[in-house]
Parts: sequence; C-alpha cells; structure tokens
Amino acid sequence: MHIVVCIKQVPDSAQIRVHPVTNTIMRQGVPTIINPYDLFALEEALRLRDKFGGEVTVLTMGPPTAVESLRKALTFGADRAVLLTDRYFAGSDTLATSFALSMALKKIGAEFGDPAIIFTGKQTIDGDTAQVGPGIAKRLDRNQLTYVSKIVETDLVNRTITVERRAEGGVQVLQSRFPVLITMLEATNEMRRGSVENALKAARAEVVTWNAEAVGIEDLTQCGLRGSPTIVKKVFAPGGRTDEVQLVDNEGNPEARANALIDAIFARSPDVEKDLFDQAAHHF
Amino acid sequence: MIDEKFDAIVVGAGPSGNAAALVMAREGLNVLQIERGEYSGSKNVQGAILYADALEQIIPDFREDAPLERHVIEQRMWTMDDRSHTGMHYRSDDFNEDKPNRYTILRAQFDKWFSAKVREAGALLLCETTVTELVRDLKGKVIGVQTDRQGAPIMADIVVLAEGVNGLVGQRSGLREEVSPDSVALAVKEMHFLPREVVEARFNLKGNEGVVIEAMGTITKGMTGTGFLYTNEESISVGIGCIVSDMTESEVTPYELLDAFKKHPSIRPLLEGSECKEYAAHLIPEGGYNAIPKLHGDGWLVVGDAGQFVNAVHREGSNLAMTTGRLAAETVIELHRKREEMSEANLKRYLARLEDTFVMKDLKKYKGIPALLHGNKGNFFGTYPQLISQAMQTWFRVDGVDKKSKEKAIMKNFRETRTLRGMLGDAFKLARAWR
Amino acid sequence: MAEDKKPATPQGGGRANTRKELPEHFKAYKHVWVAVEIEHGQIHSVSFELLGEGRKLADKRGVELAAVVMGDDRARLEEAAKECFEFGADCVYLACDPALVHYRNETATNVLTDLVNTYKPEILLLGATNLGRDLAGSVATTLKTGLTADSTELEIDEEGSLAATRPTFGGSLLCTIFTLNFRPQMATVRPRVMPMPERDPGRTGRIVEFDPQIVEDDIVTKVLDFIADRDSDKANLPYADIVVAGGLGLGSEENFQLVKRLAEVMGAEYGGSRPLVQKGWITADRQIGQTGKTIRPKLYIAAGISGAIQHRVGVEGADMIVAINTDPKAPIFEFAHLGIVADAVTLLPALTQAFSARLRINRLAS
Ligand SMILES: Cc1cc2nc3c(=O)[nH]c(=O)nc-3n(C[C@H](O)[C@H](O)[C@H](O)COP(=O)(O)OP(=O)(O)OC[C@H]3O[C@@H](n4cnc5c(N)ncnc54)[C@H](O)[C@@H]3O)c2cc1C
Ligand SMILES: Cc1cc2nc3c(=O)[nH]c(=O)nc-3n(C[C@H](O)[C@H](O)[C@H](O)COP(=O)(O)OP(=O)(O)OC[C@H]3O[C@@H](n4cnc5c(N)ncnc54)[C@H](O)[C@@H]3O)c2cc1C
Ligand SMILES: Nc1ncnc2c1ncn2[C@@H]1O[C@H](COP(=O)(O)O)[C@@H](O)[C@H]1O
Repeated sequence: MHIVVCIKQVPDSAQIRVHPVTNTIMRQGVPTIINPYDLFALEEALRLRDKFGGEVTVLTMGPPTAVESLRKALTFGADRAVLLTDRYFAGSDTLATSFALSMALKKIGAEFGDPAIIFTGKQTIDGDTAQVGPGIAKRLDRNQLTYVSKIVETDLVNRTITVERRAEGGVQVLQSRFPVLITMLEATNEMRRGSVENALKAARAEVVTWNAEAVGIEDLTQCGLRGSPTIVKKVFAPGGRTDEVQLVDNEGNPEARANALIDAIFARSPDVEKDLFDQAAHHF
Repeated sequence: MIDEKFDAIVVGAGPSGNAAALVMAREGLNVLQIERGEYSGSKNVQGAILYADALEQIIPDFREDAPLERHVIEQRMWTMDDRSHTGMHYRSDDFNEDKPNRYTILRAQFDKWFSAKVREAGALLLCETTVTELVRDLKGKVIGVQTDRQGAPIMADIVVLAEGVNGLVGQRSGLREEVSPDSVALAVKEMHFLPREVVEARFNLKGNEGVVIEAMGTITKGMTGTGFLYTNEESISVGIGCIVSDMTESEVTPYELLDAFKKHPSIRPLLEGSECKEYAAHLIPEGGYNAIPKLHGDGWLVVGDAGQFVNAVHREGSNLAMTTGRLAAETVIELHRKREEMSEANLKRYLARLEDTFVMKDLKKYKGIPALLHGNKGNFFGTYPQLISQAMQTWFRVDGVDKKSKEKAIMKNFRETRTLRGMLGDAFKLARAWR
Repeated sequence: MAEDKKPATPQGGGRANTRKELPEHFKAYKHVWVAVEIEHGQIHSVSFELLGEGRKLADKRGVELAAVVMGDDRARLEEAAKECFEFGADCVYLACDPALVHYRNETATNVLTDLVNTYKPEILLLGATNLGRDLAGSVATTLKTGLTADSTELEIDEEGSLAATRPTFGGSLLCTIFTLNFRPQMATVRPRVMPMPERDPGRTGRIVEFDPQIVEDDIVTKVLDFIADRDSDKANLPYADIVVAGGLGLGSEENFQLVKRLAEVMGAEYGGSRPLVQKGWITADRQIGQTGKTIRPKLYIAAGISGAIQHRVGVEGADMIVAINTDPKAPIFEFAHLGIVADAVTLLPALTQAFSARLRINRLAS
C-alpha cells in the first residue's frame, strides 16, 4: 500500500515575537519544526505500512530549507521524500496551496504508484485553517475523512476503510472506499524514534525536488499570491485593554483576602452574585 | 553491526565539531557527525562574538553568506560598583574595514549555517542523536560509538570528541576526569529584542556597526566572573557568568545575578523597552591551561570546549574551538593519507600542531590568571571596583573641596580598605600572570 | 465554475492592495447566508451566533439574511427554520433528503455548492466546528473562492466587502482578510466568539425548498455508527456561566483538585491551560485557549495561569476575568479585570471556604 503524508514546516509559534514598532513577525532565530499535527498523521501512516507493507512518501510544499523537515520525516521511517518548491508558490493561501499540492500528488501517483491514502494533519499551527486537507481531497476528487481519531479497519481486498471521526457531540464511525484522504486528529498516537539505520539512511537520502513546471502546472495564475482569492490587508497586534486591572489588597490572611476578592467580584457583577445564590438555593 | 565503517566520527556539531568535520569531509574523508540537539546550534546559547580569523582559515569567503549580525567597532570595558561604572572605551573607524575582524552573531543561526557547509562538503549529520559511549576493541582502542537510538554501534577509524564543556562521553568512557566546579563558569544569558533603529540610536551606530561591553565588579557579588552586553542587528544579548564553585558557595542563583545586572543603572537604560525573547544557561570552561585534560589516545581526539580550550580573559572560545577542530582534522587527514594508524603515538602530532599556534601560546601565557582571580575574588570583584568608583566620584564631583584634599581622600580610602602592600601584591601577581 | 474565473492580477507582491472591479458574473451575488449546523436534531448554538452576526452584516449591506438547513426529518427542519427566523433569518433554504440523515462531507458539500451556484449569496458563514470546517474547506475549494478560517470579527468595509479578522501566528497577531474578486466571501467563526443574539419569538420568513436529489448508492462514505459523548463527564466549557481554571502555577495534579473543589462549590465548570493537558492533569476537552475551547462566561477565575497569548484569545470574551497569580508582572494582569497577587494553593481553599460559607448563610436566611 502506498501512502502519502503531507507535512508542513512551520516556525515554532511558541518562539515567535512581534516587532514592537512595525508589527511584523520577527522570524530572526525562530526555529522551524514539523507542524506538530502532521506527526500524528505520519505515525499513523508508518503504522499502516508496518502492518500491511508498502511505502510511505512524505510531501511538503515550501522553501528549499523545508528539506530539513523532510529529512526528519525520513529519520522517523518514511521511505521517500518529495519537496515541492518554486518561487511562484510564495504567498499561497489555502486554495493555491491545495492546488499545488494536488498537482504534486498526481505526479507522485504517476511516478510511484497511486496512494491508497493521503494523510494530512488536522491543521497547521501557523496557517491554522484546517482547509488544505479538504481542499486537496476536492481537487483530486477523493473521498475525505476529516478529524479521524482512529483507523478501525483497513480491508485491502474490498478496498474499504473504517474510521472513527470526531464530530460535534460524539464520534462518527465512517466507512469509505480507497482512495481516501484522511486528516488526522491530534493526540492519537505518539511519534516513534527512528533507529540508527533509519537515521543514517535519512541523512543520505536524495530528496525528490520538483518545481511548478515539473508537476505540470501550466497556469501559474493558480499559484502563489496570484492564485489566492484571499487577500491579507492588515496585520496588527491585538489591542490591549484600556482599563487597568483592579488589584485586591495584599493585606490579611487568606480568609480575609478570599472574602475581599469575593466582595470585589460581587461588587462588579451583582448578576453573578444573584446567579450563584439562585443556583445554591436550588442545589441544597 | 552496521556494515559500513566511517573514516571519522565527530561527536558534536558546535564550532569545533563543525570545523573538524568540514575540513575532513572536504578532503574526501567519509565523515559522520552526530549531534544530540535538534539541529546544529539548537542547544547553543544565543549571542556571541565571532573572531573572523579562525573561521577564515576554514572558510575564506564566509562573509558572503554567513549570518553575521554586526561587526564590532567599539569595545567598552567597565568596572562597576552598585551604582556606577568606570569605563575604558575603544572605538575606531579602522574597524569599519573591508574584512572586519570581529562580529556579533546569533549562535543558533551561525551554527546552522556552518553545519550546512559541513554537509555540503559531504559529511553526514545525524541530529537528535546522543552518543552514549565509545566502543573499544579488545586492546582498548576506540573503534566507534554507541548512540541512544535503537541499533548497533557505528564504527570509525577515529572519533573526534567535540562534545563541549561537560565532556560526558569522554568521562563516561574513562578518557578523562569530571570537570571541576572550580574551572567552569556558569553563564546565563538573555536575548532582548529592540528595533534596529533603537539599537543604533542607543549605541551611536550606523549600518552594521556594533558595540561590545565587558564588565566586572560588584555585579558578581564577590564571585569570580564577568558580565557582558553585545549589540546584534535587532536585539541585544546580555549575560553574566561566574565560576560554578563560587556560585554554589554563595547560593546566589544565576538568574538573580542577571536580574540585578539588568537593573544596574548603567545597564538598564540600554535595555529599556526591549522584550526578552530567550533565556539560556551554559557552562564555559575557564580553568585555562592547567585544566586541559588528555587530548588524544588510540582512536580518539578531543577538540574545543571539551579540551577546555577557552581564553577566559579575552572571552575567546569559538575561535579556539574552530582552530583545534581544524588542527585535529589536519592530523587525521595526514594519517589517513599516509595510511598510518590512528594510534596514540601517531595522533600526538595533533599536540605538536597545537603548540605551534596561538591556542597553546595564549593559554600558557595566561595560565596563572584563573587561580589568581579566583583566589582573590573578594578584591578583584568587590573591593577594587568599589574603590575605583569612589575615587572617580570624589574626583569628578565639583563641590568646593580642593583637588589636593581630594587626592588625599582617595588614597586614604584605598589604604584603609586594602593595605598598600596588599594592593601592590595583587598588582604584581596580576602582572606576572599576564606576562 | 472554475473556467470563467480569471484572476488577472498584477505581478508580484503589490496585489494585496489592489481592488479590481468585481468580475461581471459575480455581480449577481447578493445576500448573506449562514449554513446551519444540525446534528442529531440539535441546532448547534454557533449557528444562532452566526445568524446574529449575519443579521448585522446583511443590514449593513441592505440585503437579506438566509439560513441553509439540511437533514432528513422534514418536521424537524421546519422547526429549525422557525428558530432561524426568530434569530433573524429572512429566508431559509431547506434541503430534505433521507441521505442527509447524518453529516457527510460529500452530501453536504454537494447540497451547499448547488445552492450557492443556484442562488448566489455574496457572503457565506459557517461555524468553525469540526463539521463546519470540514464543509467550508470543501465548498470553498469546489467553488474556488476564498475562505477565512476561525474569524473573530466580521465587518463590512466602506466598499461593501467582507473584512474577516482572525488570529495568526499562534494568536500573537491578528490579520484582516478579504476576498475581493471572488464570490461568495466565506468565513468560519468559532463557537462562543460572537454573542448569542436575542430571540424574537413569532418572527417569520419564507422557506425555499431545495430538492438535493441524492442517490444514496452514489455516496461512497457510509455512517456506520454514532457514539455520543457521555454527557455526564463531558465538559461544557463554552457555555458555562462560571469557569474556574488552573495552570502550571498550581505545581501539581494534587493542587489542581483545589480548582475542581472551588468549581464544585460555585456550580462552575473547570478547565485549564494547555500544559495541564500535556501533563495529563486534565483531559483535552477541558483545555481553554486557542487550540482548546473558547469560553464566554460571566465570570472566569484563572489560578496560576500566566496568560500567554494563546490562552488569552480563548478567554477574552468573558465578562469578568479574575486572576490569581504570585507574579504581579504575569501577563494575565494585563487583561484581567480583577486580580490578586497570591499563592493559589492557599487562596483557593480559602475561596472555596468563603463561598460555601456565604452560600450556606444565604440559604439559611431565605
Ligand atoms: C554565555 C557564553 C558566551 C560566550 N561568548 C563567546 C564569545 O563571545 N566568543 C567566543 O569565541 N566564545 C564565546 N563563548 C565560548 C564558546 O561558546 C565555546 O567556546 C564554543 O561554543 C565551543 O565550541 P565546541 O564546539 O567545543 O562546543 P559546543 O559549542 O558546546 O558544542 C558541542 C556540541 O556537542 C553536542 N553534544 C554534546 N554531547 C553530545 C553527545 N553525547 N552526543 C552528541 N552530541 C553531543 C552539543 O549538543 C553541542 O551542540 C561563550 C560561551 C558562553 C557559554
Ligand atoms: C501553537 C500553540 C497553541 C497553544 N494553545 C494553547 C491553548 O489553547 N491554551 C493554553 O492555555 N495554552 C496554549 N498554548 C501554550 C501557551 O503558550 C502557554 O505555554 C501556556 O498557556 C502556559 O500555561 P500556564 O499559564 O499554565 O503556565 P506558565 O506559563 O508556566 O504560568 C504559570 C503561572 O503561575 C504563576 N504561579 C506560580 N506559582 C503560583 C502559585 N503558587 N499561585 C499562583 N500563581 C502561581 C506564575 O507566576 C505563572 O504566571 C499554546 C502554545 C502554542 C505554541
Ligand atoms: N505547504 C504545505 N505542504 C504540505 N502540506 C501542507 C502544507 N500546508 C498545509 N499542509 C497540510 O494540510 C494540513 C492542514 O493545513 P492548514 O489548512 O494550513 O491548517 C496540514 O496539517 C498539512 O498536513
């Protein structure tokens, strides 16, 4: 079974700062990581491969430095890595991203075998839209299973797959047919640590690198900024609140301070006080 | 076992390991480099001074694409008491030269760049992999390493230990002693973001010019150590470090020390309005010449901080690291070419090479200083800075007192606090250690 | 759909500030729509919140507000339509088909894209729930239009376009996004970000029937089962009136019990910051913040939480934020209304005591 996992290299958002004057992102020295959500997808793919045989290909669209993340994925145990990189892709929104990725996926299918499953993460921590997965599925006209928390059964003979999907208020058990696209929910598994052999293999591996032309994109107006219907017009830091925090006195023992705090709460919101007492009256 | 054998394994991807791996790989050796961090530089403390010369010897055109922050045109040396500083500043337009001599860098970025060069040269790099132990043959010769990843040991003709100050692999494998708390400093450091315009206005800089401040005095609360502040492109690195044994004695936490340093009236305005982005602590080997461990043996060599190659007085470390890395590599290349064995006897040529360079010459020159400063820390890091500051204040305050009386008051203050003899003695010792 | 779209935009990065004349075929797109989320007979409250917001947008544009409801139970759908009218819709597009018994991407995408292509709305809003995000992504790609995810603010600019503001880069920045040259302009909004609108009982509107003509056999994906969350232990944070939460500052899982105890006495929900989920002190459904739940309680008490931006964006809608923290410089004091510089480990039990004492006295008195 051939499986493709789409991963994205993202700046470690915990370490991003905003320039106090220009309000732009200061990327200086900010390390990049594999989008943490994508690791759950990758691990799931590796497990399926270990169980059923086949190959796992990782695909990313990004700058040439994204090769680092691909190599890391190889260290975890992926068999092949593909980097889709071209300056025409710069500034892509989710629609343009899913277009470019879908073209690369077609080529991967043609060259290395049509993937039974394409995995993506639930969302990225920088784009944070959860749109690219569904977008790719539509572009490739594949069945899609989003927010999958568990793969219950894969039947390679009948080419069906059964999954649990996180829905509002419960879990849907869905059955679909290969080929599918799955977006994997977080915290579903834990990424393995690659062996020495994998690490050595990864350090050496040739990463397949394609540009727009290589994946057969003729219409560049579908790529990058030009192919993105959304337009970011303004980026700004969240405004601080104007009124200052009211601090409760530092005096007294915990009991006194607790009571002072409660008084302050009730003074600010008689509504809360009333609710509390109404509810207490019901309760006892 | 992994069927393949490497010509060399380098443990660590700091400046020393990168230099060693690059030089060997470039000569066609099959080199494997192993780094425990996520990438080269990920475990390294941000913000440092790069001395161009050592790197130039390895990558002559490094200025073309290395991530350099600012070239240093001004050096400030301060002695500080709690409220003031007395400074010597040297600034020269000569440092605005074609090929500047010193740069501020951010280590994480610099190491990453360096590491990319190493890989371009053909070395293999395994990240997020920790070498746990050296593997030896029956005769005790080192023949490879064991890592924390599942799998067999990896073999090589020679293992270059570039693992940094702790030297845990060397220690665990019985090649060396544990590092003594007397001979390492613990430095804590923060990166403070400031818009570049502010950095430039505040330090009187234009373009990529930079300033370095080195400070000593009561800021270390009587412990042996120094504080520093470097200007980067859009940030300021500020830090302070003290000998570990002093710190354990005094029970002052490094963070408290740094906090006080940052609040010092001479430092605070320089950091005003900045946002602290990173905080890190790291050890610096400061034992000097006398603390250097055994550097070679059958199948192994030690380079960089792991060999205690730091000149604490001049705050040079990475240049010694790169130079020792290069010299180790050249030694290995020579033996490899001549198909000679990587035996202890043959590897001795590394020591000979070291003796010939500034590395050993400088370390020998200053070999008395660590002990001297440490032995007289109360004076060097408390009394003298205070005296100097008081003298300056007496001297510069215009208050109707005649200059002659002022001179007397200053001398009296000096003598009462520290006997003339004691002072002369310290001066003499310092001069001798410097010689 | 796609063939007639020609994004002939100027080269390079300057595009962000250009506003081309809207292509002719998009000029017919009018009205604001909300795709209503119904699962298991229940309308998700985010749909009402969106109707409230959509009403404002429609009024500003001088157009109608419409809701799309789909499902298999006509009576229930008509009931839902009635609710939509009462929450502000002028019109409801009603799609009833046995195949729509459960949410499925294929069927829902087909119905919604067909509706859009037939009736041409200028703005289409969905909840940023798992369902809404799944559907919105597919519909936007099929229609080849722009979609802004997880918006926190919706506005109409001077030129009549939808300006959707959303957090970016982990919440440290906000950005305002437009879809100028394509229609519909799509956005999703998380539950509890917009306030619940007033209900106007008896308000009505017109229903437009839409026959989706789905052939079940053509649909590949089947719903085999639905395992409802056991309501008993599931957190209902987004809708709680009072939330008490703890952070790493509590120091241990044991100390976190102090938060639970206070919540219990106050009849509140409890939750926590993300590190607590990672440490396993609380379950993921109790995480509050950007990657957890957005809450909008009347009272939010945060003990031992520093107030990182990712946490902040999830609680800013609270009417009153009370911070308990030992560090007077903790960022949470920048957005809390009330604060107390105190050790939560000693203060929480005192608060629990004090609250229960007052509640008891009050009960005795009444
Ligand atoms: C606060 C501070 C300020 C400094 N300022 C300057 C300055 O301004 N200028 C200057 O020239 N020098 C400065 N130095 C000194 C300089 O940083 C060091 O001398 C230099 O980094 C030494 O390089 P190295 O390669 O020997 O060791 P390191 O840079 O410490 O690199 C060792 C590497 O080995 C890796 N490693 C360790 N153990 C293992 C293992 N078992 N398996 C795999 N990998 C392992 C580590 O992760 C690390 O990446 C400063 C040091 C500090 C702490
Ligand atoms: C992509 C991304 C998404 C994220 N999403 C979320 C999210 O959804 N929700 C979320 O919460 N976080 C999220 N985070 C994490 C967030 O950045 C912070 O790390 C986290 O919120 C900090 O949790 P904390 O306040 O509990 O811990 P800390 O930041 O460690 O703060 C602990 C606080 O407790 C105080 N304290 C210590 N002792 C006591 C005491 N005895 N009594 C009282 N106070 C005390 C301290 O002064 C400190 O302010 C996300 C991060 C990333 C990178
Ligand atoms: N540039 C990219 N390259 C590869 N995969 C991507 C890229 N961007 C997004 N993805 C995939 O799409 C998922 C959702 O991304 P997003 O819509 O940005 O939240 C991610 O978890 C990735 O699996």
